[in-house]
Amino acid sequence: MKRPTLALLSPLALGLLFSAGLSQAAELTVVNFGGANANAQKVAYVEPFQKSTGTKVVTAEFNGELAKVKAMVEAKKVTWDVVEIDGGDLARACEDGLIEKLDLIKTIKKDDYIPESLNSECGMGAFVWSTVLAYNGDKLKTAPQGWADFWDTKKFPGKRAMKKGAQYTLEFALMADGVPTKDVYKVLSAKGGVDRAFKKLDQLKPNIQWWEAGALPAQFLVSGDVVMSTAFNGRIDAAQREGKNLKVVWAGSVYTLDYWVIPKGSPNKALGEKFIIFATNAENQKVYANNIAYGPVNKNTLKLLDAKTLANLPTSTANAKDAIQLSQQFWTDHGEELEQRFAAWVAK
Amino acid sequence: MPIATEVDAKKPASADPTPQQLKRDLRLAETRKRLGALILIAPLAIFLMMTFVAPIVMLLVRAVENPEIASTLPKTVAALAKWDRKSPPPDQAYAAMAADLLKAKQDSTAGPLARRINTELSGARSLVMGTARALPLHDTDGNELQPSQPSQAAQIREAMIALNPQWAELDSWQVIARNGSIYSPYYLLASLDLKQNAVGDIIQSDPEASIYRSIFGRTLWMSAMVTLFTLLLAYPLAYWLSTMSERRANLLMILVLIPFWTSILVRVAAWIVLLQSEGLVNSALMLSGLTQAPLELVFNRVGVYISMTHILLPFMILPLYSVMKSVPPTYLKAAISLGSHPFAAFWRVYVPQTYPGIGAGVLLVFIMAGGYYITPALLGGPNEQMVSYFIAYFINTTINWGMACALGGLLLTGTLILYGVYRRFAKIDVGIA
Repeated sequence: MKRPTLALLSPLALGLLFSAGLSQAAELTVVNFGGANANAQKVAYVEPFQKSTGTKVVTAEFNGELAKVKAMVEAKKVTWDVVEIDGGDLARACEDGLIEKLDLIKTIKKDDYIPESLNSECGMGAFVWSTVLAYNGDKLKTAPQGWADFWDTKKFPGKRAMKKGAQYTLEFALMADGVPTKDVYKVLSAKGGVDRAFKKLDQLKPNIQWWEAGALPAQFLVSGDVVMSTAFNGRIDAAQREGKNLKVVWAGSVYTLDYWVIPKGSPNKALGEKFIIFATNAENQKVYANNIAYGPVNKNTLKLLDAKTLANLPTSTANAKDAIQLSQQFWTDHGEELEQRFAAWVAK
Repeated sequence: MPIATEVDAKKPASADPTPQQLKRDLRLAETRKRLGALILIAPLAIFLMMTFVAPIVMLLVRAVENPEIASTLPKTVAALAKWDRKSPPPDQAYAAMAADLLKAKQDSTAGPLARRINTELSGARSLVMGTARALPLHDTDGNELQPSQPSQAAQIREAMIALNPQWAELDSWQVIARNGSIYSPYYLLASLDLKQNAVGDIIQSDPEASIYRSIFGRTLWMSAMVTLFTLLLAYPLAYWLSTMSERRANLLMILVLIPFWTSILVRVAAWIVLLQSEGLVNSALMLSGLTQAPLELVFNRVGVYISMTHILLPFMILPLYSVMKSVPPTYLKAAISLGSHPFAAFWRVYVPQTYPGIGAGVLLVFIMAGGYYITPALLGGPNEQMVSYFIAYFINTTINWGMACALGGLLLTGTLILYGVYRRFAKIDVGIA
């Protein structure tokens, strides 16, 4: 009888010890979207931060569901300290009182950072990323030039993969319909603009395979399930580093930022801000950009990077030439209605 | 005379209690017993209350809760109470709105308010937030306008319309006027593709945003199909198992149970590997020459049906098997020996005796299939998403918990109704309620 009792008790005892240990040591929980980006952040920010401050950093992953932050804040039991969120969610989360106003915004040297990274009092830009057209260089003989080719199923037969959601999809549809990149939001906000985008999407609908997780486009492209896909540029970069011949078309890409935020009521706010400052300084952002092709928010980092790395970033002049920034204003206002309409459209 | 002695012996003791007292003692003893029983089941009762009943009640309340507008804009709601919702709103409503929004800005409650109005009126988020940010309002001379002064209401109205012309439009005010109460059928109606118009009548939603009725229909249809497939597969297998010797049946039962004990995610992932266009199934089909090009078996309904049937199969086999084990094989033999055709004997003698098993299995599989989320989400395309997908979508992505609760409440109600109908018509106590 002795053995099973011990076996039953020991996890309990371990658990007690573990939780006691947790409450004593200074610890920071950093939450990001996982995948290749998380690996780059681990090398560039998490490990050096642990080493230089002696603080244990625990990382966790989520899929951008602000609901998890909301649930924590409402239950007044906030266990996440620093969270990476999508730029589109930043204004909402700030207005709804889910995240702290950052004190560091007042103290940092603003000129060091690109302006978009500081346009909210609740978050600090983490990196610039882009949604691009990607294809498999081994499977397509002629290279597509942009969204018009993405829609051209005669010239490029086969399936295309797109992110299941209205955001980006409507923008790309308008570009395919001949709207110049810089006018996309003007057309989308005007009367009939949304209908025009949906009408263009109707043409491609039978050929679309939808994806939701960021890792899928590269998989679909490599396996040959689709001939072209919309994709996060960092994921394609990660696949390229693994030796896959995936290619990116920068024309008509839509870029945006991810932000570091601190959920409201986090017990480690000061430490969290220290981490955010650490993760946005020029040296650490250089290590990050060397590990994944996402653009730094610290202007000084650009001077530290070599030409090859720069050429892959969404922020490089050549890549940004025919790109637009995702309009957060438009999507905070109309996101709900358009996502609903998209869900109805896609399910019909 | 043993009885007499017994009575005699007890006489001195039972002399005191009157019949009423005896009755009272009896009742006391019974109450004590009942209390003891209650204490024994109390942990379970409390556990069930806290983990099952309370969350469901909260879910149902949240589906009709609508506190944002009533609590953040009390003055505006009062000012709009007598408004006919067709003519331009009174100037006092503008003044009341300015006062309410200023307070909301100070209490930082403007965000939830803006989100709530935005669910019904696209673009209202920046209307509300922008106005709140611009408050307090000033007249052309730079003097602060006082919402409490009725004489300045007209000026406030002009200032607000100058700030954002949307304030001149009726629908901005209609949304507020019809959401003045802390409870609203809005989410429940929206879950049924209905909505209220300006004066409060219930009408159909816009066709391009109407999906939920077809989603509910699809959920029922797909659950019914999966139930049918599992029944067709499970019945012969369970029958076969029940005719075997105990040892062999147990051995084969392990084959049924091992997948059952494997995580659903693992099984779903395995099906993706098997069914994808370069997967095992397609390679085998093409190697054998049955097909020329790979079949589309995954990310569509076929894939969802295959894997849901596989995952839910044990829930059909187990009740069927347990019922079939208790059916004496002699009945069938007797029917055949009396001249019945084997098939007729099977159909008219054996099958009716397994109705309780069929009933339990069908109900179990159907109800579980109705709530499936992971399998259709991973193996299906947009046309295979069932109600639970949209519940998760509203909880996680749009943080519209009212809508998620309304859909969840309707799904629960639908399941309960089906269960009620089923019990009434099948007249079998399936013993799993």
